[in-house]
Amino acid sequence: MVEHRPWNDIIAYAILTLGVFIVAFPVYVAVIASTHDAATVVGGRMPLSPGGHALENYYRAVFLGGSRTAPEPVGRLLLNSFITAMGIAVGKICISILSAYAVVYFRFPFRKTAFWIIFVTLMLPVEVRIYPTYKVVADLRMLDTYAGLILPLIASATGTLLFRQFFMTVPDELLEASRIDGAGPFRFFWDTLLPLSVTTISALFVIQFIYGWNQYLWPLLITTQDSMQTIVIGIRKMLVTTDELAEWQLAMATAVLAMLPPVAVVVFMQRLFVRGLVETEK
Amino acid sequence: MEKSAVFNGSRLLPYALLAPQLIITFVFFYWPASQAVLQSFKREDAFGLVSEFVGLENYQALFAQPEYYKAMLTTLVFSTLVAGLSLSIALLFASQADKNLKAAPVYKTFMIWPYAVAPAVAGVLWFFIFHPSLGTLARPLRGLGLDWNPLLDGNHAMALVVMSAVWKQIAYNFLFFLAGLQSIPKSVIEAGAIDGAGPMRRFWTIIFPLLSPTTFFLLVVNVVYVFFDTFGIIDAVTGGGPAGATTTMVYKVYADGRLGGDLGGSAAQSVVLMVIVIALTAVQFKYVERRVQY
Repeated sequence: MVEHRPWNDIIAYAILTLGVFIVAFPVYVAVIASTHDAATVVGGRMPLSPGGHALENYYRAVFLGGSRTAPEPVGRLLLNSFITAMGIAVGKICISILSAYAVVYFRFPFRKTAFWIIFVTLMLPVEVRIYPTYKVVADLRMLDTYAGLILPLIASATGTLLFRQFFMTVPDELLEASRIDGAGPFRFFWDTLLPLSVTTISALFVIQFIYGWNQYLWPLLITTQDSMQTIVIGIRKMLVTTDELAEWQLAMATAVLAMLPPVAVVVFMQRLFVRGLVETEK
Repeated sequence: MEKSAVFNGSRLLPYALLAPQLIITFVFFYWPASQAVLQSFKREDAFGLVSEFVGLENYQALFAQPEYYKAMLTTLVFSTLVAGLSLSIALLFASQADKNLKAAPVYKTFMIWPYAVAPAVAGVLWFFIFHPSLGTLARPLRGLGLDWNPLLDGNHAMALVVMSAVWKQIAYNFLFFLAGLQSIPKSVIEAGAIDGAGPMRRFWTIIFPLLSPTTFFLLVVNVVYVFFDTFGIIDAVTGGGPAGATTTMVYKVYADGRLGGDLGGSAAQSVVLMVIVIALTAVQFKYVERRVQY
């Protein structure tokens, strides 16, 4: 038995509480700032307790827009972020579950080649090939479209690898039994494999939704119209004016709104999130 | 590992199943990546109308630039600080959360949610707290006699970017360290305790070495994180400034191509980055499994 000392627990609680405090502090300040009026925030002597302008700030941000240079209501930006994140998550799951199915359950010429072609994409994030990708998207006339926001980001290997790994653990007897019952490839996929994959699909969905929601560089490059921006870009645009003109209370309200959906996903689907994170990375 | 039971009859079906992913990969991955390599050997005029083959000129120009070495150094300093700090802080918190505490699951939830915050948003939050004129913590800093101004002072800007990046990355490292700690057999630790080793000694001689595969894995992931995912933080907080003090290599690819219009030079930088990332990934695959095990 390892010795148990009460002061040991007290130190642990103290360190962890300090950690939670550090982690929560910037967000707490943002929430507080979103409840004060502009003068209080810009004055530099903002109190650390909530003010009385919360409703006004959030109303202005969501329905009227917070930026003087690009007054786009945050409601619209939230919708754009949601469509982009959903598109990336669902798109990635669809194309990668199909390709993993082909690689694991079929034998055909160039099977290994196909797998490696997909695998190599793991190594190069979009950041290192931004301008050529931009040009491709521009040539395809997909600037300022949801397709342009979504498609380049679903070209990645993580999903295929994850599904391949999972399919390898599915017992062969299941396929043999299905075949004896007369099921073809579609039937087996739909009735047997897909129901078994629900947890893997959900875990991948959680991770990819957060990934899609938090994209920055790519939407920044390919959206020129304010109405196509995502919320993360929207916050940035609110702050490009000179500091005295930037409406920090609205930017902070927007930041709170931008954090809510992905944070809610992590907190309420913690089990799936942890599983997805550990499995996609390893 | 291969499946022994497979479908044999259909010839075209597997290609049809692969088609969506392969098409998207070719159009948005291989084609642009090859264009980046090609473009790095070319020079284009400002309007993109004429381009001529210039061989290695872009690379020569790149490696003759003092700014490029500065960006390399900035990247090195930045990644060392962020990886070092976020790994040690996360390990400290994870080793406390690994103790048999009643409230440990609650603490876990509170530690991991910053993972979900977008890097750019994290940057904006920290910028707001430390903003020279309106930041909540800027005044106390000045009260301590520090002339705090991340908009003008390169070191202050770097400190701010590092803090935001570390804050965001602690969640991820915490989660993996906690999983690693929980997979260490309790019997080993008990054996150490019976032999008279105290908590600190047990940590450094038993737990830390057994944790080394996790640590190494996280080290590589963190370096890749610092290279790419911190773009949003840097752009939101400093825009690469002041005077290039926070311009990392990835930021320079963006800035040179977009603001400077030097597409050839930007492409050459992309290629250098690709090589670095491929090397890092290769190191990860080669050594993570084999070397770092006791």
